[in-house]
Amino acid sequence: MQSLSNRSKQVSQKEMTFMESIYLPAIIGGLMITIRHFFAKKITIRYPEIKKLFSKNWRGVHVLKKDEQGRERCTACGLCALSCPAEAITMEAAERKKGEENLYREEKYAARYEINMLRCIFCGLCEEACPKEAIFLTNEELAPSRMDRGELIFGKDKLVEKQHDPDNKKRGGGPLEERLFHSKENSSYKSTFEGISNS
Amino acid sequence: MDIYFILGKLILIVIIFAISLLTAMYSTYGERKIAGFFQDRLGPDRAGPWGILQPLADGGKLFFKEEILPVNANMALFIAGPSLSMLTACMSTAIIPWGTYLDIFGTKFVLQVADVNIGLLYIFGVVSLGVYGVMIGGWASNNKYSLLGAVRAASQNISYELAMGLSVIALIMLNGSLSLAEISRNQGESLFGLSGLNWNIFYQPLGFLIFIVCAFAECNRTPFDLPECETELVGGYHTEYSSMKLGFYLFAEYINMFVSSAFMAVLYFGGYNYPGINFVEANLGHNAAVIIGLAALFAKILFFIFFFMWVRWTVPRFRYDQLMKLGWQILIPLAIFNILLTGVGIMLFDN
Repeated sequence: MQSLSNRSKQVSQKEMTFMESIYLPAIIGGLMITIRHFFAKKITIRYPEIKKLFSKNWRGVHVLKKDEQGRERCTACGLCALSCPAEAITMEAAERKKGEENLYREEKYAARYEINMLRCIFCGLCEEACPKEAIFLTNEELAPSRMDRGELIFGKDKLVEKQHDPDNKKRGGGPLEERLFHSKENSSYKSTFEGISNS
Repeated sequence: MDIYFILGKLILIVIIFAISLLTAMYSTYGERKIAGFFQDRLGPDRAGPWGILQPLADGGKLFFKEEILPVNANMALFIAGPSLSMLTACMSTAIIPWGTYLDIFGTKFVLQVADVNIGLLYIFGVVSLGVYGVMIGGWASNNKYSLLGAVRAASQNISYELAMGLSVIALIMLNGSLSLAEISRNQGESLFGLSGLNWNIFYQPLGFLIFIVCAFAECNRTPFDLPECETELVGGYHTEYSSMKLGFYLFAEYINMFVSSAFMAVLYFGGYNYPGINFVEANLGHNAAVIIGLAALFAKILFFIFFFMWVRWTVPRFRYDQLMKLGWQILIPLAIFNILLTGVGIMLFDN
């Protein structure tokens, strides 16, 4: 059959030539290659002390944002749950009472908001769907692991951010255009990485 | 034989024993570190600064592991295996000349435990005992994989011992002595106008090549680590071993590596001699020259240990038929040819 990529090699089982059969030239060549690696720059990152920066478009664990006055943004419209391809999100809406204006921005809010982390595929569609800029996948926690399945259904206690943090939003998702621009800034990530391996 | 002589020898034995164990201990650390460096990693660096306490952690771990004695194993032999391995590995350091003698307050303190006049034969005797440790351990485990590993080890060691012995015969012809002290002394003469550079490697390059290949095979190191070939034999002869018995097997391998590095340094690379030894002796005194010689010998040994590891992380394992072909069909004829060549050389140049 004709090769399409032109990279296929015919396997041959020809006898070794004399130089090949004494092994030594090949072994010395190999030794030279390995000794170059011996003195090469090491790529190890000494993890607990030095952490790699997350990519600008890193999608981590969800954060339910608060606004500038510390009020929850989520209005329990359910678009995130609707958009979720893994059906990981569920919520219960409630009406804002008098005197709760400093807690919830909208008149309707999510009394219960749960994401099943065992189902979530971290696709970020909930973030895209949210009309209130309330949910972002910016928590820089790696794939959460727990001893119990029940603990992996994250409720509001784990999801709602403690206080308003404008940086958190900027670093993470944001509108899609903004994120595309971020890929250009990946060069800064690269230089940080080199700084780590030098130290 | 006065009391000081015995006391001096005892101190020397303890020191050499401690040093060879320490070197073997840190070879395990060095192996992991060097393996890491060859693979663009850092290697262990968590226990202590740069990870220098790693051997202690490893040793402690091995001691506290559960010791499993297989029900159907032959108990006495099962225990004798690693003990014998360890014993033979430690025995051969006795005849390495670490230097001529130290002059301490007018008393000569010879830096060699025993100057056996058949030193080289002693090495071969002890080294060939080493295979019993592996053989007995593998057989006593009552496990097919262990037995296969042990059979491989035995046939490999026997095959390569022949070539090793033949390659050393040429060296004996050249030096006219089996004593390692004598061989070291001969290499202290001058060559190219530099004292202490009359190394055997310049007369026996082919012999050295054969010797080093055989040393790799004798130590069961890659590319000749077929006795413990994980891909085919689980773990080879130490499959059934656990805890410190396994530790002894692994440790014996590193001591063997230290010892064969020492022999390569002594036999071919001048032992304790270094270029300019006479100059140092004339200017700085005898003791200084001897101590620098000791350091030189250690530098050579460490280089060879590094070389062992360097090769290990470069060359893949031989196939068993390739191993046997290399041993019997290439190295042994080559070693005999080397003897012939040396004989002709001695006839032409010495008379």
